[in-house]
Amino acid sequence: MSRPSPQGGLYPEPIFRPAGDRGMLMELGTGIDPEINQKIRGLSLVLERTRLQGVVEIIPGYRSLAVIYDPLQTKPETLRQALLALYDELEHTALPEARVVELPVCYGGEFGEDLARVAAHNRLSPAEVVAIHSAPLYPVYMIGFTPGFPYLGGLSEKIHTPRLATPRTLVPAGSVGIANSQTGIYPIASPGGWQLIGRCPCPLFDPGHDRPFLLKAGDLLRFSPISRDEYLRLRGEQRK
Amino acid sequence: MSGALEILQPGAFTTVQDQGRYGYQQYGVPPCGVLDGYAAQLANLLVGNPAEAALLEITFAGPSIRILSPCVLALTGAEMELLHNGQHLGGWRSFAVQPGDLITMGIASRGCRAYLALGGGIDVPLVMGSRSCYTGAGFGGHEGRPLRQGDVLPQGILDRGNDPPWVERAIPDPYIPEYQTNWTIRAIAGPQEDYFSQSLVTFFNSEFTVSPQVNRMGYRLEGTKIRLDPGMPASIISEPSLPGGIQIPEGGDPIILLSEQTVGGYAKIATVISSDIGKLAQAMPGDRIRFQQVSVEQAHTIYRRHASMLARLKELDLSVQSFASMGRAYFNSEIFRSKVNHYLFQL
Repeated sequence: MSRPSPQGGLYPEPIFRPAGDRGMLMELGTGIDPEINQKIRGLSLVLERTRLQGVVEIIPGYRSLAVIYDPLQTKPETLRQALLALYDELEHTALPEARVVELPVCYGGEFGEDLARVAAHNRLSPAEVVAIHSAPLYPVYMIGFTPGFPYLGGLSEKIHTPRLATPRTLVPAGSVGIANSQTGIYPIASPGGWQLIGRCPCPLFDPGHDRPFLLKAGDLLRFSPISRDEYLRLRGEQRK
Repeated sequence: MSGALEILQPGAFTTVQDQGRYGYQQYGVPPCGVLDGYAAQLANLLVGNPAEAALLEITFAGPSIRILSPCVLALTGAEMELLHNGQHLGGWRSFAVQPGDLITMGIASRGCRAYLALGGGIDVPLVMGSRSCYTGAGFGGHEGRPLRQGDVLPQGILDRGNDPPWVERAIPDPYIPEYQTNWTIRAIAGPQEDYFSQSLVTFFNSEFTVSPQVNRMGYRLEGTKIRLDPGMPASIISEPSLPGGIQIPEGGDPIILLSEQTVGGYAKIATVISSDIGKLAQAMPGDRIRFQQVSVEQAHTIYRRHASMLARLKELDLSVQSFASMGRAYFNSEIFRSKVNHYLFQL
């Protein structure tokens, strides 16, 4: 196995790493890179359409795709060849545009207790932090950590802020936070050390729903600021 | 659907599990499911259930249960005292119970996890295609949490088709694993073995102790510190993690990830083969573990042998009467024993 090249970006050839006897990781490059992630997204979409014999599950990551297979139905070498063939064809494969998901967020106040701290840390006003945070389209690189938790790219350097020195024991579901160069949103209540700047009234995860997840790897996410009244109104609608 | 089991005392950590929830890891939902698939499948087999029926996974200390409707039960996995109305019963065999009966379980003397199957299965609602409890996110199983005193568990309907009426069944001795305190767990190098070129040999030649930090998310080990190659970062870009992955964090103490984790951020030196995860799940804090390196091809041979052994077991007549007459001699013969041991524990 060759070592990843230090300069980053796509590898000339994907690296296959065994992950036990039922899984393999197809690694396309190094670093957190939109170009690599586009390839991961493309490969995931193609694999959903082209059911390869023996493939049980595929899991997109930042720069690799985990493939879980049934050893009674396929061999790693067969799978490797099939994945490489699909990868080589990607350039000539038409892919749908990424879905844009807009999430309403009530910034600051009781829903974003750390907004003032994030502003002070970056010598900005709270309104400027909100404007900067709600401007970009954030790519959803991967979902994990808890059900529906999106690993997002693209947070502006102007609002990078370290984690809390002492994590909270309970962060409410829907909380939007910043930790160093990352931003994200908690789909379920859990402990956490992120700086909380706002909260979204829509559930990202509902296990009882026939479509339990709002987001999928490959989506583009935008946060749109709403007032406290709007938050409470949307929250009320969710309850009904 | 009717209430079958009332929990009088839940034990240390008892959850409803089945063979797992698949297809949702890309959304951050781990497979969950029974940790010792072999013991769980045999418990279901004894009570006439399909392999995927939901049952109780009992960790270390067992529950006390009042029976509410007539049913058939079987306990497999960790060795644990089992009392039926105060009378001792053995594991790895099915038994009938009546309303008002009391079932009491003790503390595991060997192994760590026991499985109690109920004829018809435990009929908690399916969530995303599975009845497995994911306590981390609070769904699946019984109300998304470990059992508590007063919980009542519903019994599913057992479709017997043309099968003969229920008879007492038992697993032949050679199919019953012997749980030890020194374990050899087989593992495949990687995914990031290239981060450990200098310590891979050390890893496969060392003995580790199971720390007190063990749960369904993972097993933390102690002992020889495993070092990354100079200049290699312990943290990697977070990537999907599969059950059995052995992470090496900064301190050098390995953590084996199990079935309630979807993403890992540390380099993994090796991955426990799927056929040995059940064995690992029977290891207790303080037990010793050695890893034996196998290739992917060897692991697949083991996988196929396990599958064919289970298929053969399903075709055997497990009724106690049948052993009493003709079967016993064969099951206890040296040839049969060595065959099964070979399948279970060797290549």
